Amino acid sequence: MSYKNVIQTIHKKFPEAIVNECENKGQREISLAKNRFYETMRVLQENTDLPYDLLIDILGIDYTPRTPRFDLVYILLSTKDFSRLIVRLKAEEGEEIPSVSSIWHSADWAEREVYDLMGIPFSDHPDLKRILTWKNFEGHPLRKDFPLEGKDFDKPFDPETIEDYT
Amino acid sequence: MAESKKMYLNMGPHHPATHGVLRIELELDGETIVNATPRIGYLHRGIEKLAENRNYQQIIPLTDRLDYASASANNMGYCVTVENLMGTEVPKRAQYLRVIMAELARIMGHHLWIGTHALDIGAMSVVFYAFRDREMIMDINEEIAGYRLTPTFFRIGGVAHDATPKFIQMVRDFVKWFPKGLDGYHKLLTENKIWTTRTMDIGTISAEEAVNYGFTGPSLRGSGVAYDLRKAFPYSSYDDFDFQIPVGDKGDVYDRYLVRMEEFSQSLKIIDQAIENLPEGPVNVDNPWISNPDLDEVQKDISALIRRFMIHVKGPVAPEAEVYQAVEGAKGELGFYLVGDGSEHPYRLKIRSPCFYLASALPRLMVGHMVADAIAIIGSIDVVLGEIDR
Amino acid sequence: MGIENYLQGENYMVTSLTKLVNWSRSNSVWPCTFGLACCALEMIASTLSNFDISRFGSEVFRPSPRQADLLIVSGTLTKKMSVMVKRVYDQMADPKWVIAMGACSSCGGVFQSYAVVQGVDQIIPVDVYIPGCPPRPEAVLAGLMKIQEKIRTEKLDQRPDFTG
Repeated sequence: MSYKNVIQTIHKKFPEAIVNECENKGQREISLAKNRFYETMRVLQENTDLPYDLLIDILGIDYTPRTPRFDLVYILLSTKDFSRLIVRLKAEEGEEIPSVSSIWHSADWAEREVYDLMGIPFSDHPDLKRILTWKNFEGHPLRKDFPLEGKDFDKPFDPETIEDYT
Repeated sequence: MAESKKMYLNMGPHHPATHGVLRIELELDGETIVNATPRIGYLHRGIEKLAENRNYQQIIPLTDRLDYASASANNMGYCVTVENLMGTEVPKRAQYLRVIMAELARIMGHHLWIGTHALDIGAMSVVFYAFRDREMIMDINEEIAGYRLTPTFFRIGGVAHDATPKFIQMVRDFVKWFPKGLDGYHKLLTENKIWTTRTMDIGTISAEEAVNYGFTGPSLRGSGVAYDLRKAFPYSSYDDFDFQIPVGDKGDVYDRYLVRMEEFSQSLKIIDQAIENLPEGPVNVDNPWISNPDLDEVQKDISALIRRFMIHVKGPVAPEAEVYQAVEGAKGELGFYLVGDGSEHPYRLKIRSPCFYLASALPRLMVGHMVADAIAIIGSIDVVLGEIDR
Repeated sequence: MGIENYLQGENYMVTSLTKLVNWSRSNSVWPCTFGLACCALEMIASTLSNFDISRFGSEVFRPSPRQADLLIVSGTLTKKMSVMVKRVYDQMADPKWVIAMGACSSCGGVFQSYAVVQGVDQIIPVDVYIPGCPPRPEAVLAGLMKIQEKIRTEKLDQRPDFTG
């Protein structure tokens, strides 16, 4: 099994990188430790056994009041045998996560979206700023403490207050 | 030699050819694009946040409004995800009806694509023929669901109701008619000299790069990677049907055009097989916690009335689990990552939109081409802003 | 061929200037090509093969707001986009009219969230609201005919853009 080879390669190179390995509804899933995260992701993309060359998506889940607060989920796909791998990483509030946009280009916007909506910052990202909301938007809407309707919902709306990137 | 000066051009969000409210800042040297920066978010409606405050049935209309050009395909993705989370198996007849609706929606999405793509490049007559055929599918939607553009025909655990004989006849008529319509598009475009000149060798992207940029769907297949969710991870009985995955080789605008044109006929093939082999049986899962009781039963039986009330007010409950499920939408891999927490609302719903990643590659596709080619490139990756911004 | 076959000699017609101007204005309402979301597709459908809005004098969709008389706000108006909608409206030359098409632009619709303006009338004046999510093309045509009705009953010196 080539998937096992990949896991073994990671185990050999970085013995403490993989915290947990399981199968969830027929989907392979691994949890990674933060300290060797970037290198492990690079191995997942560059290995020759089963390269996970397509980063499908990145998402954050807010598990407040748990600490660490966030779960970051990376969904990977290998175009060799079309198998998926879900990579999970726990993140503390305000803690910078290494950006993987230099490995997969698709991570560029995906990380910006996570930063915008969930408020998880990424280090070494080429252009980390808000993407879906506007420049002077306050707060991160997908956090559980953000009200659905925003804070000024009952006041009349003035478009002059919106500041956009130029 | 005179010093060349850069010019900045702001395209959109109000622009007739950006397919909605996409905004691109172009940096030009003469008429050549030196740099392009797409800006999105002008249609960000907060669907993911809204979903956390709705129950599972109430989210279905919201998913219609993601990729509004092919609404039923989004319903399919969402319903399949929730059923996967709840561990429900949908009856065969409902699965086939879903396949018919999703494939009709894919054709509808491609109709919009071919019409506007050709209109943007300058071939005006195609859009009239495309919308003539699109209206036929809208009428089919209206017959079965009561709504033209956003049918919301799917339910958790099945579909809203059984197919009417008129619906089946309309689908058969469409399957019979549409090859002629498709032939018309081919005659107008495929060997048209102006069309080939405007689209060949424009916006070329290799397979490795396309994969690295997160391409999926017809745009990835145009570059030669035969990745189709319907074959790779079959859902809703897609493994019962016989169809091919068209692939291109170069990955330019013309290849993506050919792939989508072939998808028209493959979708038609699937619809034909599904409507002719439509199995008998119920269209909703036999689970009192998920599916609605019959109206006849409600009028006679108090417990059925209470059940109907509970399902409408509270809705089905999902277990504490997480699941990622994706379907082949009209534009590519449409994925839903759903976290249930044992209540009637999802804890977190993340929508993986294919167009989001396609749009992120616009700078890569555009740089080095002329401004007029930018329009062809935007058309060829077929972005729908409702899905990008969610 | 037409009416001229029945006309002989010099012909006169007596009407008021208001009626003449309103009649010509109401039959040449040029909408702005401006789609926001789902409703835009039904707006497009109303202009194309089956529904053909040109029967009512509105076939010329103008991409430039400066040449348009009618702004059809077709779809969800988000807060980020509201700046642009206001600007497009301000760029349009008088006389101008606005249709709020669909539930979202009329009142926010199903999207009662942090990013959506709850009705386009919070930022620009609206003449006609079209209900539906999305409205059928026939509803768009009905909305257009309401606008025409409104134009025909206007007094020229009581229009908001009248400077006397």
